[in-house]
Amino acid sequence: MPKVLMKGNEAIGLAAVLGGCDAFYGYPITPQNEIPEYLSKYMIEHNKVFVQAESEVAAINMVYGAAGAGKRVMTSSSSPGIALKQEGISYITGAELPCLIVSVMRGGPGLGGIQPSQADYYQATRGGGNGDYHVIVFAPETIQETIDIIKESFDIADYYRNPVMVLVDGLLGQMMESVDLNKPIKKRFLPPKDWATNGMKNHSGRNVVSSLNIDPQKLENHNLKLQAKYQNVIKNETRFECINMEKAEYVIVAYGTMSRIVRSALEVLKEKGINVGLIRPISLWPFPKEAFKQIPSNIKGILCTEMSLGQMLDDVLIANNGKHPVGFFGRTGGMIPEVEEVVRAIERFQETVVK
Amino acid sequence: MAVKYQKSAGLTDNALTYCPGCTHGIVHKLVGECLVELGLLPDTIGIASVGCSVFSYDFFNCDMQQAPHGRACAVATGIKRVLPDNIIFTYQGDGDLASIGIAETIHAANRGENITVIFVNNAIYGMTGGQMAPTSLIGQKTTTSPFGRVLQQHGSPIKVSEMFATIDGVAYLERVTVTTPKHIRNAKKAIKKAFQYQQEKRGFTMVEILSTCPVNWGIKPVDSLKWLEEHMIPVFPLKLFKDTGEFHE
Amino acid sequence: MPKGRITFEYEKCKGCLLCVAFCPVKILYMDKVAMNKSGYNIIKVTDMDKCIACAQCATMCPDSVITVEDITNA
Repeated sequence: MPKVLMKGNEAIGLAAVLGGCDAFYGYPITPQNEIPEYLSKYMIEHNKVFVQAESEVAAINMVYGAAGAGKRVMTSSSSPGIALKQEGISYITGAELPCLIVSVMRGGPGLGGIQPSQADYYQATRGGGNGDYHVIVFAPETIQETIDIIKESFDIADYYRNPVMVLVDGLLGQMMESVDLNKPIKKRFLPPKDWATNGMKNHSGRNVVSSLNIDPQKLENHNLKLQAKYQNVIKNETRFECINMEKAEYVIVAYGTMSRIVRSALEVLKEKGINVGLIRPISLWPFPKEAFKQIPSNIKGILCTEMSLGQMLDDVLIANNGKHPVGFFGRTGGMIPEVEEVVRAIERFQETVVK
Repeated sequence: MAVKYQKSAGLTDNALTYCPGCTHGIVHKLVGECLVELGLLPDTIGIASVGCSVFSYDFFNCDMQQAPHGRACAVATGIKRVLPDNIIFTYQGDGDLASIGIAETIHAANRGENITVIFVNNAIYGMTGGQMAPTSLIGQKTTTSPFGRVLQQHGSPIKVSEMFATIDGVAYLERVTVTTPKHIRNAKKAIKKAFQYQQEKRGFTMVEILSTCPVNWGIKPVDSLKWLEEHMIPVFPLKLFKDTGEFHE
Repeated sequence: MPKGRITFEYEKCKGCLLCVAFCPVKILYMDKVAMNKSGYNIIKVTDMDKCIACAQCATMCPDSVITVEDITNA
């Protein structure tokens, strides 16, 4: 199939529709504006639903409603907007509703900036909402990978009846790459949505979508049911990539835009005679712990690199479990590291670990 | 033997969780009766907000969704847009609609969303134990205005219907009450018309219903009806604010 | 004058007295002894014959406790 040159944000919009999205509810916020802009035209032309809500809070609640009505629905936003959606996301997981949430990360905290960042790792994987819940989080590295994951995200969300978040940053959203829109996605058996509130004429009995369980034992049982679901997600949806691990002296852990920069740094380091491997988490939740089993036992250390001041670092430390020395390098606020900075970070790390 | 009055099929068999004499129950009956009489139950999805009526998803005999506090009109918008031929209503109290949810409600109205809002105004937060609401009256003592509501500190009772009357997207808007059989009949007429206008896709319809809260007002149920008539109606006059056209039979 | 008969689903009564207040023929009263499972005193009828099937009691009842039948030509 012929490739098409597309801007990240627009590719996200189109991929969502190719994934079967029936409705988009969003709100303007840089650097993701091209998503609602693109979809405001596309959805109407294909008589699907597009609403620019009055706020991100309203938008996520529109998603709740439409998802509860059994439709494939998405929203997109950026860091501060995703912060506003946290209550809605918690309700959506509590009511076991499927949806897609796209977060195009920018520098924080607060109004922060509009340049690319990864400082919302905690927000995405630990969640800012209340309760024991998880959102299934994927962090693609290229626009092609973004398209493929988004097309599949509605099936994943429907299968687990849980929100899926695709986490990119302003750089991926704003740049253009050539992409193939028609790569096939994994076939999944998706049970009918007989729980949806689409009117009693469409199903037997009375359907209720709610996250309220005033009886604590019932609420605990509900939570245990959610946890069992999350165990399945961990088993089936964990995704990662390992590069150049065989004779690695060091291993870098990086995802998204950061991993693109690290790939170039690996080349420079190889010429300098330092063999470095890369673990690239694609699913951030569930975090790919088993990737760490592929680390040769004789490596000198693991360097976690992020466009933040260290958030995935926690998961790296947990996965490493004290086995190897762990270092960190990061830029934040919207600063994008140079390849050279990653190379120097490994060299500095080398001095600290080699006695 | 003709049955003159019986429990509406629009309500489930669950006992209502409202306090003795709370007129939420009357409003529930009217909504249920209207949905039955218009034959809308199989098509209807109701949205329960957060407050005393949060459990209404157990009381209305149709599909229901429970929305986060203040977000019922956004949830309703989300549903209506993907199910344009279904009937969607929200059931909200004054805390949910006029305080935390005022933005969602105004913007649903401003977009002319084809939904029906049942707005129960009892001038207090009931579920949480009697705090001041945006519609609490000047001088009204509540657990968070122990010396009475004071204009300079707490602002004045917010006139929701008067505000919404200025919004073009509103197709039908009336403020009613349920303190006497006569008022109840008029309230039912208003609710039925709101649902009929929704059926005709005329846009946003809302009925504001002045309602009692005996327990948190600290007034016996029967006397609460009098208190409402003597104190609330002067501040919230019963009135048809907007009707976008004669209803043709 | 129409004649009516009313029946109560006592377990759902909360003793709020709205029905008593609005019965135009004043035939309803709270039984100070009889209670339902929830502990509410329940409403009784003094003289069913006086009932005119106006259904004001049932209209005012928030909990749909009362069913009213018109037995005028029964």
